[in-house]
Amino acid sequence: MTYAFLQHYWCFVVALLAALLVFLMFVQGANSLIFSLGRNADERRLIVNATGRKWEFTFTTLVTFGGAFFASYPLFYSTSFGGAYWLWMIILFSFVLQAVSYEFQNKMGNLLGTKTFQWLLVLNGILGPLLLGGAVATFFTGSNFIVERNNIVDPLTTPIISHWANASHGLDALLNPWNIVLGLAVFFLARILGCLYIHNRVDDKLLDKHDRIIRPLWSSTILFLGFFLAFLGHILTCDGYAYDPATGVIFMEPYKYLHNLLEMWPLLGLLLVGVVLVLFGILRSLTRKEWKRGFWIVGLGTVITVLVLLLLTAWNNTAYYPSTADLQSSLTMQNSSSSEFTLRTMFYVSLLIPFVLAYIVYAWRAIDKKQITQDEINNDHAY
Amino acid sequence: MVNILNIDLTMVDWARAQFALTAIYHWLFVPLTLGLAVIMGIMETIYYRTGSEFWKKTAKFWQRLFGINFAMGVATGLILEFEFGTNWSNYSYLVGDIFGAPLAVEGIVAFFLESTFVAVMFFGWKKVSKGFHLASTWLTGLGATISAWWILVANSWMQHPVGQEFNPDTMRNEMTSFADVALSPVAVDKFVHTVLSAWVLGAVFVVGVSAWYLLKKRHTEFATKSLRVGAVFGLLATLLLMLSGHHSAYTVAQTQPMKLAAMEALYKGGTDQPLTIIAGINPFQQPNYEAADEPPLKIAVPYALSLLATNDIHGYVPGIRDIIDGYTKADGTRELPLDEKIERGKEAIAALQEFRKAKAEGADEATLNSKLSTLNSSMPFFGYGYVDNSAQVVPYIPVCFYSFRIMVGGGCLFVLLFMLIIFWLYKKDVSRARWLLWASLLCIPISYIVSEAGWLVAEFGRQPWTIQDMLPTWVGVSQLGASTVMLTFFLFLILFTTLLAVEIRIMCKTIKKGPQL
Repeated sequence: MTYAFLQHYWCFVVALLAALLVFLMFVQGANSLIFSLGRNADERRLIVNATGRKWEFTFTTLVTFGGAFFASYPLFYSTSFGGAYWLWMIILFSFVLQAVSYEFQNKMGNLLGTKTFQWLLVLNGILGPLLLGGAVATFFTGSNFIVERNNIVDPLTTPIISHWANASHGLDALLNPWNIVLGLAVFFLARILGCLYIHNRVDDKLLDKHDRIIRPLWSSTILFLGFFLAFLGHILTCDGYAYDPATGVIFMEPYKYLHNLLEMWPLLGLLLVGVVLVLFGILRSLTRKEWKRGFWIVGLGTVITVLVLLLLTAWNNTAYYPSTADLQSSLTMQNSSSSEFTLRTMFYVSLLIPFVLAYIVYAWRAIDKKQITQDEINNDHAY
Repeated sequence: MVNILNIDLTMVDWARAQFALTAIYHWLFVPLTLGLAVIMGIMETIYYRTGSEFWKKTAKFWQRLFGINFAMGVATGLILEFEFGTNWSNYSYLVGDIFGAPLAVEGIVAFFLESTFVAVMFFGWKKVSKGFHLASTWLTGLGATISAWWILVANSWMQHPVGQEFNPDTMRNEMTSFADVALSPVAVDKFVHTVLSAWVLGAVFVVGVSAWYLLKKRHTEFATKSLRVGAVFGLLATLLLMLSGHHSAYTVAQTQPMKLAAMEALYKGGTDQPLTIIAGINPFQQPNYEAADEPPLKIAVPYALSLLATNDIHGYVPGIRDIIDGYTKADGTRELPLDEKIERGKEAIAALQEFRKAKAEGADEATLNSKLSTLNSSMPFFGYGYVDNSAQVVPYIPVCFYSFRIMVGGGCLFVLLFMLIIFWLYKKDVSRARWLLWASLLCIPISYIVSEAGWLVAEFGRQPWTIQDMLPTWVGVSQLGASTVMLTFFLFLILFTTLLAVEIRIMCKTIKKGPQL
């Protein structure tokens, strides 16, 4: 295993975790629809309990994504989290609210009332996908930071290696319309997945689900496609941040991401597969009332599509976290990764991932043998 | 050399305060998770073996309380992980190559185990077999414990960095031995001591809640049996905790003598040192350790500190002034005085700067090697290059001193509590010992104070270092404004406090309602 292989491998693992996170944000998508899908308290509770059995996976994937990024690309961790402070703080804040909202909302003694926590779930359902999508978009559009390693020994400046180049601490990312476009695309994709999950998991008799989900599914699909295709069109035609491996210099290259896609043609094939799966899953779910596998088909398509998009930002000599303040501060797999020793050690740890996935699948199937019913909510452990 | 006035020290304080706030809140919930996990595992195992519905319902009741507590632990834990990046970005870069690995392993190995099986534990009673459910309950606890292992490996590395070397080309520390990091003796000690302390807290919680039912004369069978499990488990855990505490103190003496000196308010050390039981230290002011030889009104156990710190009643234990002035260690080597360490640290920083400059200018190999040689010889003192005076390297003594005593005193109190309960359970009617039941109830808040005190000893004693002797806090921070961090501090304070209030009320209501037997 060469150092370059390990850098590519860990980029793949981190991108895969991010892709799984986007898929698992069906929890947020469904939560953003609590009040439109659930027309009374019982129905809302049913939706909360449907997503409540999976929120831990989303949460854990977010934490593992952070840990894996930290271990494999510590300069990204320090630059992005330390720089885009406010952006990440708002995201984290919303996830804290989510974590407690399930457990607390229907318990006796809840000081804030059930609805407060349901609205907090809605807030997380909107802010989580929107801001995480916006943060991912900065991998294409760039961020306003500067990296200077010599600061640590420079007596004339603060010994801090990377910092944001303005006082907004990440909020300026929300001023870039393309970041918002991808954020909205992820938000509506999460809602699509949320609708399909509810269709898949909740007993038909209860919500008259297909009729109930059809409207948000249509509207989310149209809006998702609009935003996603606009963003895809933009990145395939814009200048990208290229990296010269011989000199380490970073430069702007016209159609860089399109070139990446063409030069790494298997990724192009995968992207097409991913997009087709997403569209197929949505359209079939819209037209076949009894078909409930849309959640899995769209989910698989989502993972593949997001994975490909993220790999486009890093593989093939590309700067995955570009700096708009100082081009040469941009982060590449080569200049921001951990040492070869750490990446190799972590590689061996990552061999456990298939085992982890296997027991997740086993446990998921054990819990999800039957759809959720009102009887289960009333007579078994429930949120 | 490096001018620390370039750094906003107010912001450093707010960053520390925010991290401390999050860690304190996190540590309110995690010990109960770890402790209850074992107790409810024991109870469900009894159900599995006997088929008794009573034990099933008993286990379910404690699982309900576990669940209420669990969510807050998860939520505050998320913030902690990301605060390394948001508030301590320089730290994250300078040691991320080493520190990030345990966090990633924690996610892959522990979090998924915990989060997967906690869902089965809560929702699987009617969906999976008894055996699968029991396995899920134990795997949930195992996941939480493995998670504690990796986070404590990371924390121990901050207390005693091993298995790494500085790379002047990348300007960061890089891992050279994963085994040294993961199996460092400090990590092993810290894990054993911390997890045992969590078990004790869980046991005190079960004992206290059960005592309340007995005081109210409700669910007496449930309460008596829970009391028995809690007290026996608690006594075993507390005795083991004391053993591990002795070992931890020995390790601290070897690796962080300043922390031990601050814990003991030992200004001037020597051989045959006594262990202070109590002394008159102003909690609101750093004592004048430069002028006084020992704190006033000191009551001490002769030779006990030497024994604790060196396993020899005549062993030499350095005080704060000895560490500042330099001393000879037990193995005959000389610990440099602080002034010399600062000088060597500044030499290391200068050598690194010159090396970088020479390399950028294309200097020849010999020149680069000469700079590297200077750098390598002074590198162990690199962090001291950012220190200006001795006051900066002495932790705040009152916090370390009193927290240590609260922690040790609490441990002794719990041994007594568990022994008395076991005595009354087996020899008399415990429900008649109302004073003991009230004491058990009172021990619930005390156990939290004791648990937090342990954390304060560990972390305040490390100050001013983010990583012991390597990176002071003011070099580890992110470049943010003090007002920015202050604002998020108060936002988290309000959020966590509100949620804590909700949680306590829900807990109380659930306990009041009682098990559905």
